[in-house]
Amino acid sequence: MTESSSPGPVAPRLDRLGTPLALAGAAALAWAPFVVFKANRIASGDGRLFHAVLPAADSVGLTLILALVALVVIAARNARLRLIAALAGLAVVLAALAVAADRLTPAGDRIVRIAPGAGFWCLLIVLALLATDALARLRPSPAVRVLCLLGVAAVTYAVFAHGVFDNLSVMREYAVNASSFGREARQHVALALGSLGAAVAVGLPLGIVCHRVAKLRGVILQTLNLIQTIPSIALFGVLMVPLAALATACPPCAALGVSGIGAAPAAVALFLYALLPVVANTAVGLARVSPSVVEAARGMGLTDGQVLTRIELPLALPVIVTGVRIVLVQNIGLATIAALIGGGGFGTYVFQGVGQTAIDLVLLGAMPTIALAFSSAVVLDALVDAMQGDRS
Amino acid sequence: MIQVESLTKQYGASTVVDAVSMTVERGTMTVIVGTSGSGKSTLLRMINRLVEPTRGRVLIDGQDTASTPGYLLRRHIGYAIQGHGLFPHRSVADNIATVPRLLGWDAKRVRARVEELLRIFQLDPAEYADKLPAQLSGGQQQRVGVARALAAEPKVLLMDEPFGALDPIIRGKAQDDLREIQRRFGTTVVLVTHDMDEAFRLGDRVAVMSQGKLLQCGRPAELLTRPADPFVSRLTGTADRSLKLLSLTTAGEAAEPGSAEGPGVSAGASLRDVLAELVWRGATAAPVVRADGTPAGRLTLERVLARGRAI
Repeated sequence: MTESSSPGPVAPRLDRLGTPLALAGAAALAWAPFVVFKANRIASGDGRLFHAVLPAADSVGLTLILALVALVVIAARNARLRLIAALAGLAVVLAALAVAADRLTPAGDRIVRIAPGAGFWCLLIVLALLATDALARLRPSPAVRVLCLLGVAAVTYAVFAHGVFDNLSVMREYAVNASSFGREARQHVALALGSLGAAVAVGLPLGIVCHRVAKLRGVILQTLNLIQTIPSIALFGVLMVPLAALATACPPCAALGVSGIGAAPAAVALFLYALLPVVANTAVGLARVSPSVVEAARGMGLTDGQVLTRIELPLALPVIVTGVRIVLVQNIGLATIAALIGGGGFGTYVFQGVGQTAIDLVLLGAMPTIALAFSSAVVLDALVDAMQGDRS
Repeated sequence: MIQVESLTKQYGASTVVDAVSMTVERGTMTVIVGTSGSGKSTLLRMINRLVEPTRGRVLIDGQDTASTPGYLLRRHIGYAIQGHGLFPHRSVADNIATVPRLLGWDAKRVRARVEELLRIFQLDPAEYADKLPAQLSGGQQQRVGVARALAAEPKVLLMDEPFGALDPIIRGKAQDDLREIQRRFGTTVVLVTHDMDEAFRLGDRVAVMSQGKLLQCGRPAELLTRPADPFVSRLTGTADRSLKLLSLTTAGEAAEPGSAEGPGVSAGASLRDVLAELVWRGATAAPVVRADGTPAGRLTLERVLARGRAI
């Protein structure tokens, strides 16, 4: 008989996040199609389950690894171990996708499309959530977070450069559009960063004015709020007439690329949407500087300009950079719609794909946009934390 | 010397400071006391022109303060405020170095001055110079605030409720330190407070303000014995005014030649403390002893009581 009176080992506590995610992942693995097999790029295709697309031995082995991962994220409390498990799971799922694409594609065939299925996407999201959760539990310093991002970017680049996913539908679309991809990427970044730069150059002084001149504060912020409520398509329409008129009236402007459609109205619209976060955060950041600090600075003989540049702006900087972060992520997403009026960027693929009912082409535009937005959020969050860590 | 001549500040129709004239002698400490809204802070802030007067003028050592641009004037007048106003993003050393750097001192002189001030304020430069204000205790922050105000060796130091944020025990120590430093540097200090005890403890002269008007400016004993206005006696409190008066004189100052039985009382103790000691002992006299142990005469109960009488 076992010694029922002595306290046995404590039952492992089930992780509140890991358990439901592991269950969801298991369900996706068992019942949702891992890849979709399509006879051509616009055919609707039929789903294939995980165990059906891999060689039997691989399928069993990889499933066992994923089961082990599930066990770790359900029971283990060590964040480092959980991170390793989630990353291992991601590697398994991505490798399985590459192998499945290679196996299902008949040799030399350029018509058949192998697209990631709902099961793959579910597993990807589950494992990515588990990895970010584990990373957050480790509380990495801002520098470590940026290094992690660089590491992930380097691995991603190496994998794609190596052609691991070349038989996947999205990469087939890439192969067709390879010549324009770099150009659209540059255009997308130029639209997002250019309008951000202009918004900071104009918004920072406007924010300072809002802080210093109480009467103008309401007017400026109300106007910018109003602009935010205009739908982007409507804003394009509103901008089309004056910009076209400007291009006609002023040939040098036209030579610089100003016109009723194309990149110019897109950049102006992004700039207008970007103003509110920059102006509002600058004003809020300045308002949060302790009045006694400003009083002491003035009392010691700093001029108004010195109070602004040496005391108020440095102290408001974390809040201002938070505004820049909001704008950058928002702009990277919004720049997609520039393609609607011929402004270029990744949106070009999204709208072409929608037009051709080719979901793979939509993904070719959407995935780099998401990666770009996510990366800039990580970098700027790290920057804000690094600045605030200095004085807490 | 600071001469304030019929200084007035009006915001719209309301007069915050109403034709105040007073003189602060060089090397003394004047405490402006009053209830909130009495205009005492505005009066102080008009001396360094953080607030521009509506009428009247201020002379420092005979020179009209209006003849210099405000920010240049303020670099030569120390300024310390409640809650210290230290720059949270700058180290202790950089905070103290603010005005010397504005005045263009060379780096070596700035560093030497910062170290000297940290030592004077009992903060080890090696340990504290590179800390950020948030890493200091409230009392240390307050000391750095005063050190920063004194950094460029100003002849005049203005203080607005500098001890308001401190707990009573640290406040007493900070007040003693300020008195000592003020004597050591011969700085002319104008300090604003709402605390009458603080005013009596620190002020060579105390100025009482109410509703923008200066009611009386005189030695603390004068305020007790010859209040110029019922408000002054209300503010100083009448119930224990004899004891307050006794607390303004030390045993050494009041001692008479002669000797007495029993243990000695310290020459630095106030007559209030000596009275309490005599009552406690049931004695009618006690010898007075200096800090170095030498006798300084004696104090009789009768002599102490005579000092607490309205003259």
